[in-house]
Amino acid sequence: MDYAVAALKTFLIFFVVINIVPLLIWLERKGSAYIQDRRGPNRAAILGVRLGGMIHSLNDVVKLLFKEDIIPSHVNKPLFIIAPMIAMFVATIALGVIPFGDPVVLGSHKPFLLQVADLDVGLLYVFAVSSLGVYGVMLAGWAANNKYSLLGGLRSAAQMVSYEVAMGLSVVGIFLMSGSLRLSDIVNQQGANLFHWNIFLQPVAFFIFLAALFAETNRLPFDLPEGESELVAGFHVEYSSMKFALFFMAEYAHIIVGSCIITTLFFGGWNIPFVSADWIKANADFVLKLLWVSLGLFSVVGGGLLCRRFKKQRYGDLRDFEPLVFGVPGVLTGFGLLGLFALFGAGLILPAWGVSIMIAALQIGVFLAKVLFFCFFFIWVRWTLPRFRYDQLMKLGWQIMLPLALVNILVTGWVVLVR
Amino acid sequence: MDPGDNGILPACRQAGATLRMTIQEDIAKPLDAEPMLVNLGPSHPAMHGTLRVVLELEGETILNAIPEIGYLHRCFEKESEVKNYTQVIPYTDRLNYLSPLMNNVGYCMAVEKMWPLEIPERVQWIRMLICELSRIMDHMVCIGTNAVDIGALTNFWYLFNPREKLTDWVEALCGARLTTTYTRIGGLMRDMPPNSKSFLRECLRDTLKAVKDTTGLLQKNRIFMDRTQGVGAISAEDAISYGFTGPCLRACGVDYDIRKAHPYYFYDDLDWDVPLGRCGDSYDRVLVRFEEMIQSCRMVEQILEKMPEGPIMTDHRDVALPAKHEVYGSIEGIIQQFKIIMHGIKPPAGEIYSYTEAANGELGFYIVSDGSDKPYRIKVRPPCFAIYQAYPELMKGELIADAVAILGGLNIVAGELDR
Repeated sequence: MDYAVAALKTFLIFFVVINIVPLLIWLERKGSAYIQDRRGPNRAAILGVRLGGMIHSLNDVVKLLFKEDIIPSHVNKPLFIIAPMIAMFVATIALGVIPFGDPVVLGSHKPFLLQVADLDVGLLYVFAVSSLGVYGVMLAGWAANNKYSLLGGLRSAAQMVSYEVAMGLSVVGIFLMSGSLRLSDIVNQQGANLFHWNIFLQPVAFFIFLAALFAETNRLPFDLPEGESELVAGFHVEYSSMKFALFFMAEYAHIIVGSCIITTLFFGGWNIPFVSADWIKANADFVLKLLWVSLGLFSVVGGGLLCRRFKKQRYGDLRDFEPLVFGVPGVLTGFGLLGLFALFGAGLILPAWGVSIMIAALQIGVFLAKVLFFCFFFIWVRWTLPRFRYDQLMKLGWQIMLPLALVNILVTGWVVLVR
Repeated sequence: MDPGDNGILPACRQAGATLRMTIQEDIAKPLDAEPMLVNLGPSHPAMHGTLRVVLELEGETILNAIPEIGYLHRCFEKESEVKNYTQVIPYTDRLNYLSPLMNNVGYCMAVEKMWPLEIPERVQWIRMLICELSRIMDHMVCIGTNAVDIGALTNFWYLFNPREKLTDWVEALCGARLTTTYTRIGGLMRDMPPNSKSFLRECLRDTLKAVKDTTGLLQKNRIFMDRTQGVGAISAEDAISYGFTGPCLRACGVDYDIRKAHPYYFYDDLDWDVPLGRCGDSYDRVLVRFEEMIQSCRMVEQILEKMPEGPIMTDHRDVALPAKHEVYGSIEGIIQQFKIIMHGIKPPAGEIYSYTEAANGELGFYIVSDGSDKPYRIKVRPPCFAIYQAYPELMKGELIADAVAILGGLNIVAGELDR
């Protein structure tokens, strides 16, 4: 039974990540477009519904699946094929130890963990796995037997190894404070008080970690292995079709994992700011009513705003009805929710298991919201900053971030000792 | 496939053998490594147009660079010898395709100097106007693509949106956005569109806002400064002996601008400054270009103020077609029309070198006339050609990333370089 549940959870988490990836790609396109004074993707449509350009991701999937999968004759075939698999595999398995919420206690049952495995070396596992990611990039660069991709592979190897050090050292301060490597302990230790989160207690560590994370995910300003304008496409220059797509997805999966880790370590994980789980438990009925009403109002207002955008003869085709597709159900759902509340809301009393599930749902929601914010942060930075040069990158990693991380450990150790 | 096939393993084995030998003999002698040859271009995202440079790399350091030009050679000069003077004008659009109007002006000015031909005042003012607008448009592309090469993509759009608007005006002016062919020998194709003044003032506002936005993003940006300061630096003496002109020369601190040194048209009547750099590196080049855009905006403002009304074609009988009522109403008129159409414009025999300050520097036309309707010889002195010969020297000892950053700052336009 345990194994079945674990397998199910694994599948669920993988499923969620795979589905957030196209969402992120959409967010990147649309976000970059608005940052750059453009409209972004808005053409692909199914029956006139464009979902603000989200259909483009679907198009891309179909396109990439049906493209010819070219394996050039000069490549090292086994490594060439295995490299994208490593990249994607490694990017997703790190999620196994991320706690999405407090363990759910249902009656006298064993607590149900909202994470696949609650390892006592959770953070070490994350680092171990994410540093394996370099193999995917490096092997891709080497196996393609192309000078540009070789340079990309070299860069990525050097970059990831250097930044791994600073990254690992930056979180030592957190271990010292929480006394555990277990991610759920780290989250619990931060608690619901916003000012006890590690971002306020360990700001230096946070910035080092953030910078190192950008380097680990190969995103601008550290996207040297890809270095589009210098190395054409770097390590994946020879890849096509789904193999390329795997690298592409791995990059976004890395962003998701990275955001999860940042949220867990520095932003209180699933903790809701200033609202502790105990308080929710004590005022469960009030919270539920509040949620119910606000959800209803949100649906009505959101749907109403969408419906207002409906104008006949705007485009003169199916696209006219696009706002209604979401607007009308939104309004109806909202009124439904509010009506139900008016009918049954007064005499509402949640059973104990209902309270647990509600708290879990809230925590997962808050966690995902934080993660999505950091995903957007990654995108935001990418479209703002220029790219580092190779030697400057090394200098930053070894001469600035590493000493800073060491100083941070010293200071934290001293404070912990004195206190 | 045997991994040994791909040529890297044997090299590694060789290196390994050498290493073992070195250790055995206990001699601190460097590894046997050969430099790697890499083709940068002709088809490469950072090689604007079709430039090709063969790089000799040690790691990522450039030991030697051999540029090869001619991938965009279209026989401009030879082709001109079989076309009459008016038919050459469309070819000049394709020289520096970022600011085609300037090439039109440069060429027509050279041909007019052969008589020398008096051209109406309004024509001169309009020519100055389109030159300054083209300079702004050229610098926008240059800075934008340079920033893209460095990895800061958003600047490109911030600069291109106002450029699009200017291009709209160019389209209203002459019916084409790029292949303008706007000037005629002795005048212009037609007058400016009626609402030009208000529209151009709006464009200037947008331009200045874009300049403000992009300088805000770049000027004090640590990464950008690290990437460009001291990169591709050249001393004033070297720059002069290489034949640098334009912003690249002024970035070295040499106060030479043809518009000030040898004023043509009414540049004397305008109030403007020549921006100068200090170090002659990529950073200064970008900043000089930014400042030139601001100065050009100042000039455009004054030109719009001072521009007089008047004819837009000279009344010189050898050059200008007679008015239509003359052609249909008088025998002289029809004969003159017939002469110009059938026999072409015939400047007096002789030779001339005429130069203007184009966006990249001195754009010179050397024309030899044998008194016929076709030029005996046309030689173009494009600013890029002189600047490009310094490129290999500038990037020796630097990294690949620098090679790309330098090229963007020099603003090499293949169309002008190869002709």
